[in-house]
Amino acid sequence: MTYAQPGAQLAVSAEPSAVYSFFRETAAIAEIELKKLLRDPTEVLSRAVQPVLWIVIFGNVFSRVRAIPTGNVSYVAFMTPGILAQSVLFVAIFYGIAVIWERDLGIVHKMLVSPAHRSALVYGKAASAGFRGAIQATIIYIVAFLMRIPIRWTPLSILGVLFGAMLGSAIFATFSFIIACLVKSRERFMGVGQLMTMPLFFASNAIYPIAIMPHWLRVVAFLNPLTYLVDALRSLMIGPGQSSHSLFTNFGVIGVIFVILAAIATKLYPTLVR
Amino acid sequence: MSTLNSDVTNAVEIASSGGESFAIETFGLTRRFGDLTAANHVSLRVPYGSIFGLLGPNGAGKSTIIKMLTTLLEPSEGTASVAGFDIVKAPSQVRRRIGYVPQALSADGALTGYENLDLSAKLYGIARAERKQRIADALQFMGLTDFGRKLVKTFSGGMIRRLEIAQAMLHRPTVLFLDEPTIGLDPVARRSVWERLVELRANFHMTVLITTHGMDEAEELCDRLAIMHLGKIAAVGNPVDLKASVGPEATLDDVFVHYSGGTIQEEGNYRDVRATRRTASRLG
Repeated sequence: MTYAQPGAQLAVSAEPSAVYSFFRETAAIAEIELKKLLRDPTEVLSRAVQPVLWIVIFGNVFSRVRAIPTGNVSYVAFMTPGILAQSVLFVAIFYGIAVIWERDLGIVHKMLVSPAHRSALVYGKAASAGFRGAIQATIIYIVAFLMRIPIRWTPLSILGVLFGAMLGSAIFATFSFIIACLVKSRERFMGVGQLMTMPLFFASNAIYPIAIMPHWLRVVAFLNPLTYLVDALRSLMIGPGQSSHSLFTNFGVIGVIFVILAAIATKLYPTLVR
Repeated sequence: MSTLNSDVTNAVEIASSGGESFAIETFGLTRRFGDLTAANHVSLRVPYGSIFGLLGPNGAGKSTIIKMLTTLLEPSEGTASVAGFDIVKAPSQVRRRIGYVPQALSADGALTGYENLDLSAKLYGIARAERKQRIADALQFMGLTDFGRKLVKTFSGGMIRRLEIAQAMLHRPTVLFLDEPTIGLDPVARRSVWERLVELRANFHMTVLITTHGMDEAEELCDRLAIMHLGKIAAVGNPVDLKASVGPEATLDDVFVHYSGGTIQEEGNYRDVRATRRTASRLG
């Protein structure tokens, strides 16, 4: 009889390398999130409304009054990358709600009991947030095309923008994930989420240049990851003349922030079920 | 029922005659949350191949014990080994060897049955070549073959529970943990869950640990019980001995009241009730 043999029935026979299993687990999480997104795209479509309103209404009005100095670039073109970054932020910042929902059910428990890397669970979620960022970018491009907004249409710039939107979405979704792990309830999360978005948005270069900000706000903008995202998107969509940092600096800052946030989220994830 | 129980007894004897090792062994396992001691110096031994029940009212500490044994929660004091590995020193070894069905709904309603199982298979590192077969076997074993392609939100409560058990057994764990496995299910669905658990033990020699506050479930399914009260083990034994210890005509209800010093629903706070009712309404 083989009853009393621990490990004898272990299904995992050959031990794959940690790197391989990390990627397989990350891909598995991202895959199911993508499936769910495609199965019910109403959320994605409803998310398209807000950026359209910003560009069509706010952009047109401020273009007309010329209140914001944007050099030789039209204001609508100037704000388009900013509104993309904003919509990426607004969609991603509420990602934590889904995590709290999964905690109220037993899904988080099930994930954490599995031998999967906890970091893979976090990166998988971030990757799925990335898809949403790419969808937002696509919507902005459609609006820009229909409104004949003068932006660059080279394949390389479009690819760069898609990548930037995905990375930006991954950052804010991971940030949201961390907040979810800290507050643990939907009601508190909604409050904190609302509290975060507006300051992040207004203390950035999304809809006006940093140059016109008062000094104290420039300091906040300098520390705000959204600023670097907008800067990168703007130089890709309009031209390097419109940005204050190089693409390398912008993506470097965003990438480092993402890795740090993901590490914090990985540490905090198990505390969700305690 | 009587045949079922004699099978159970045989399995336990085979298992415990094998040697000194146990599927689960806890040593003074304790967990405090602030002033509250949810589990208070719990020492237990669960033989390989047995179905063990942690019985107690809401808030008695059953879920806390199960969370510690499944590595979700670190003990404040004491330790435990599961499938031969220390839960504090080697949690990832423990995770490879256990399956867990939480009390709350853990299958994803927006995915199909197959997709839910496929996710588990990938997270448990089951090789690509084996995955399809394993999933097909698990669906068949749980009587869900015809529903693999259907979205889980269209499933009945009993089917969801069976799917969750299928997810938890896919990697052939040594020990399977189920937190209130039949809560909120109708009698027919409960019975079908019990039958699968008994078969799982028979076919795969799994050790099963459940928490429950249902006397009928404990009597029907478990060959050993630990009655918990206020974070402590009030009594351990097989259902027959436990009844005999209280009186000649005693039922398990009497045993329960005797050892837990109260009625079934006396403990538990708002949060427990909310969680339980929510689970019940989702499954029902």
